[in-house]
Amino acid sequence: MIDKSFGDPNLKMQSINLSAWFGSKQVLKDINLNVKANAVTAIIGPSGCGKSTFIRCLNRMHELVPTAKMSGEVLLDNENIYDKAVDPVMVRRRVGMVFQKPNPFPTMSIYDNVAAGLKLIGAKKGKNLDEIVKRSLEHATLWEEVKDDLKKPGTSISGGQQQRLCIARAIALQPEVILMDEPCSALDPIATAKIERLVVELKRDYTVVIVTHNMQQASRVSDYTAFLYLGSLVEFGATRDIFENPKNPLTEKYITGEFG
Amino acid sequence: MSNYGFRKFLNRLFFVLCAACIVIAVIPLLSIIWEVIVRGAPQLSLNFLAATNSGGGIGPAIQGTLILIGLTSLIGVPVGILSGVYLSEFGNNQYAQTMRSINDILTEFPSIVVGITAYGVIVIAIIGSYSAVAGAIALSFILIPIVARTTEESLKLVPNSVREASLALGAHKWRTTLSVVLPSAKSGLVTGTLLAVARIAGETAPLIMTILGNRYFFQGLNQPMAALPLEIWRDSLQPQASLQAQGWGAALILILIVLSLNILVRLASKGRMRK
Repeated sequence: MIDKSFGDPNLKMQSINLSAWFGSKQVLKDINLNVKANAVTAIIGPSGCGKSTFIRCLNRMHELVPTAKMSGEVLLDNENIYDKAVDPVMVRRRVGMVFQKPNPFPTMSIYDNVAAGLKLIGAKKGKNLDEIVKRSLEHATLWEEVKDDLKKPGTSISGGQQQRLCIARAIALQPEVILMDEPCSALDPIATAKIERLVVELKRDYTVVIVTHNMQQASRVSDYTAFLYLGSLVEFGATRDIFENPKNPLTEKYITGEFG
Repeated sequence: MSNYGFRKFLNRLFFVLCAACIVIAVIPLLSIIWEVIVRGAPQLSLNFLAATNSGGGIGPAIQGTLILIGLTSLIGVPVGILSGVYLSEFGNNQYAQTMRSINDILTEFPSIVVGITAYGVIVIAIIGSYSAVAGAIALSFILIPIVARTTEESLKLVPNSVREASLALGAHKWRTTLSVVLPSAKSGLVTGTLLAVARIAGETAPLIMTILGNRYFFQGLNQPMAALPLEIWRDSLQPQASLQAQGWGAALILILIVLSLNILVRLASKGRMRK
């Protein structure tokens, strides 16, 4: 699976021989994975298999953890984001992230949470913040629910709304890729369904990589699925193939619920 | 069952012991406040607050203490908060470990030693006279470690997910710290700073050796200055009953200043929080 497809314009990101460690413990082993542009790629696997570490390597959040190390390359539009000349801050502006637990900024209003990205990176000059905030909230299908409460604290709305607020905060910066780390694991089924519909919507404009421990969710929202087990990539392919015709017996066992 | 009864008795005994201890802890404090109010309140008058000693007032001491609080905060709070930011946000290394230990020692450093050091270094070597600014610097030495420590503690209470949210948006670390982490810890910072200011407002030992005291109102940052703790200390040593009474009045004013500072800052931080 070494990058035969180098230079393919449909490829947004690629990991090449990506390995990662916490201290001396290796959590990712030689992952080679292609992320297609304007598609949803799901990462599935049992707890502790390295799913979250993998996507945190895609926007250089992994290195923020003390003792964390990595090797290999991650390409974004065919450029290695781990190149010495690349500033991780610039990578994160192009590759946004939504976390497992909704984490709106507790001191900011709903409005300010959405505008926070632009303010924090000093890019708000000459832009119509009101317009961007409205568009981002609409895009995150939250506008109708909060349009009269924009001044209320970002933490005053429900968990599902907070998660959509975090998605709005990420898309306000118009990144190229959005990484989602189990975005529904703290939410109830109704809120989950809303986020899932939103994920499918988002791929029109963005490339989405979503980590989930919920296989039904992966099959509902994704175009491609990668199955990670014990830090290794066991199988990767079109979601339909993975779920209907898994090639690796381990994948089959996992998706049929024999372990995990 | 007799055993059960005994353990039940122990349980009660333990509760009574704890309840008695909190009374022992609080009674002296309340009796001090009561004594200060009873003896100090009759002194209070406009003249007492505004006049110099010769006019029967403690105006210069009140003014001096307010100047000291302001000046010390001006020097010490920024240094203390930024030190705390370093320890909390960048403090994952050996150098910071060492600094943290030294800072902890300084938090409980005897203030008389701080005073004598400020006397030797600032009063004698640098400025050449007892002065207001020397007092403020000495008090900053006491204030900074406390503010640094409480800042570090309150910043550590800010969940890491908040930092990550900001960093994942492509914000730099300094911007994340200033615009996201510090505001999230605001009430802790305000409380910590306030405690430190209250602590230095009552310090006496360093002042004896730095600002010395003054019978007149403020005469310049490089001149000796009056302050309430010095006023209380000097008055209490006087044989005249009228001067002793003046000391009680000064003590009451000092308590009121610390108290109102406390209430004001709390109200202010609450007001900003609601927004």
